[in-house]
Amino acid sequence: MGFLVKNGALETKKMETKAILQEKFPSKEVLLDLQNLKKVYPTPNGDYVVLEDLNLQVKKEEFITIIGHSGCGKTTMLSMIAGLNEISDGKISVLGSSIKGPGPDRGVIFQSPSLMPWMTALENVMLGVNQVFPHGTKKEREDICRYYLSKVGLEGAFDKRASELSQGMQQRVGIARAFAIKPKVLLLDEPFGMLDSLTRGELQDVLIEIWNKEKITAVMITHDVDEAIFLSDRVVMMTSGPRAKIGDILPIEFQRPRSRKAVLAHEDYYAYRKHLIDFLEH
Amino acid sequence: MKDAILRTLRFLGLGFLEPVVRLAAGEDSKKNTIEILKKIVAPIASILLFLGVWYTGSKSLFNTEANYTIEKARKEQGQVEADKVKACIESGDLSCQPNTLPSPSQVWASYKLLLKDHNTITADKKAFKLRTAALNEKRVAQGKEPIVYTGRPSFVDQIKTSIKTVFAGFLLALLIATPIGIIIGLSETLRTSFNWLIQILKPVSPVVWLLLVFMIVKTMTKDATGDTSFIISFISVGLCSMWATLVNTAMGVSSVDKDYINVAKVLKLGALQKIFKVILPASLPLIFTGLRITLSVAWMVLIAIELLAQSPGLGSFVWEEFQNGANDSNSKIIVAMFVIGFIGFLLDRIMLTIQKFISFDKNEGI
Ligand SMILES: Nc1ncnc2c1ncn2[C@@H]1O[C@H](COP(=O)(O)OP(=O)(O)O)[C@@H](O)[C@H]1O
Ligand SMILES: [Mg+2]
Repeated sequence: MGFLVKNGALETKKMETKAILQEKFPSKEVLLDLQNLKKVYPTPNGDYVVLEDLNLQVKKEEFITIIGHSGCGKTTMLSMIAGLNEISDGKISVLGSSIKGPGPDRGVIFQSPSLMPWMTALENVMLGVNQVFPHGTKKEREDICRYYLSKVGLEGAFDKRASELSQGMQQRVGIARAFAIKPKVLLLDEPFGMLDSLTRGELQDVLIEIWNKEKITAVMITHDVDEAIFLSDRVVMMTSGPRAKIGDILPIEFQRPRSRKAVLAHEDYYAYRKHLIDFLEH
Repeated sequence: MKDAILRTLRFLGLGFLEPVVRLAAGEDSKKNTIEILKKIVAPIASILLFLGVWYTGSKSLFNTEANYTIEKARKEQGQVEADKVKACIESGDLSCQPNTLPSPSQVWASYKLLLKDHNTITADKKAFKLRTAALNEKRVAQGKEPIVYTGRPSFVDQIKTSIKTVFAGFLLALLIATPIGIIIGLSETLRTSFNWLIQILKPVSPVVWLLLVFMIVKTMTKDATGDTSFIISFISVGLCSMWATLVNTAMGVSSVDKDYINVAKVLKLGALQKIFKVILPASLPLIFTGLRITLSVAWMVLIAIELLAQSPGLGSFVWEEFQNGANDSNSKIIVAMFVIGFIGFLLDRIMLTIQKFISFDKNEGI
């Protein structure tokens, strides 16, 4: 945990970033609020405390990424926000009200695309849209699905079975499905972790393009430092478990919309990168 | 064109003909010739080997039986009688052939005989229908029962009856086992509370099911006229065979991929939507595996049940032939054996094809 005691300079930098943040999002309210979050898994050898005293505020229309060592509890945290995992102690609230179980206000893009393989791409997206817009006509709902599928570059594949699509295409459908239900928060758990680097780059572009339009508050887990810098407004670093918490937060102050080329060429890029890698290596 | 043929062949489970098609289309002749040797010539050789072993086996059994008969005649009635028996056996006279495992050619002869018998009976039936048509019309007009053909059923009729019974039993198993399996699969509590009952009933022998069904159906159909043996046998078949479907369905439903369930949770799908759009499609492959086992078990126990229940069908055909003890009875039984095996194989193929057609996972199935 070297970063905490490193030196005063870091502390100063933190205060600076706080000021910058407030400047950058002056009117933005806190959309997702994790307070003193704790997670305990009972194991045969006694309780295992994965997370403890975890505090994190995510503002409206903010895109944050979470990095941390494997097994530190990132997925645990995300699935608790999604409502798929019990909260042991503390509180998670969305726009001020505590969450109760899972719901379509928190869309999830899982690591594996998790499409129903027996349904077509369109039907997979429809499954969610039907739930969220039950009052629209069938045509209206289908149009919504077609719109989002086109946005992720699947114009020609509406009626392809999910099982016939490649991993990358499946994850595109996953992105369309998540955006189409217009959630308040989008939760992404290493969504591109299983893809080859070329496809990963393509999908990052797809994701950020659709996100630039929709500006849905997003929390994304990644193990890819470059991906984190390219996509997010803040990179949240988690300490290693047990009792993991937020170790450090790095604001990424590139202009949006960003282009990959401009980001890579930016003079701050390597400083950001070094900061994150230093954290992960200590 | 070639691809269409190949796809059709594969779909029909005739994939072994693939190299022939490829060779005919002028593809890589060396590779395809080897494939033909492997996939077509070798199986044919195995059939010939099988027939050879069968032939030699039946020949040696025949000789043992014949020698024994001759020896017995010599001991009991003297040399003259023994010579007479020997001459009779060698002449091929049907009245004194040893009763043992028939040879392939005898079985083939019986097969043709059974077909001929079937044709005779069919013709007979047709003639009967023509003869009674006018009379029956009159009887129906008068409100009387029409006269029906009551002659002996042919071998093919027996097969049809058996298939009818097995389908009725299979349908019954399907209608009972899948809904119960789904309900049990959905609820952990129900699963644990009924597990003991399933585990105890599953291994019960077909004979006991038959007796149980007999007790119940006999009372319930006290004042009904008509054929109760069909009802008894198809219900017994259904009860014997439904367990594989029940267990597989429950397992399939309870072990649906957690990712799918999470998607359903996040989207807040209603209970019915969750069951019909997510859980059932996801467990379909396992349900079908269960149904496939059910159908093959149904076919297997059917023969035994028909035999015991004296209900018409292949089982009672086999039993009657065995009791009958005519000189060609044994070969007729062997014919029935092959027919039973072949139909069982066909039923399994049909199920496999349906399973492939329905299942989303095209690699599923053996
Ligand atoms: N259901 C569970 N029961 C017990 N321990 C668990 C369970 N799920 C995860 N863990 C443990 O909690 C820790 C954090 O897991 P996870 O959140 O998946 O980590 P990450 O996503 O950061 O790699 C790991 O040590 C893992 O073994
Ligand atoms: Mg994880």
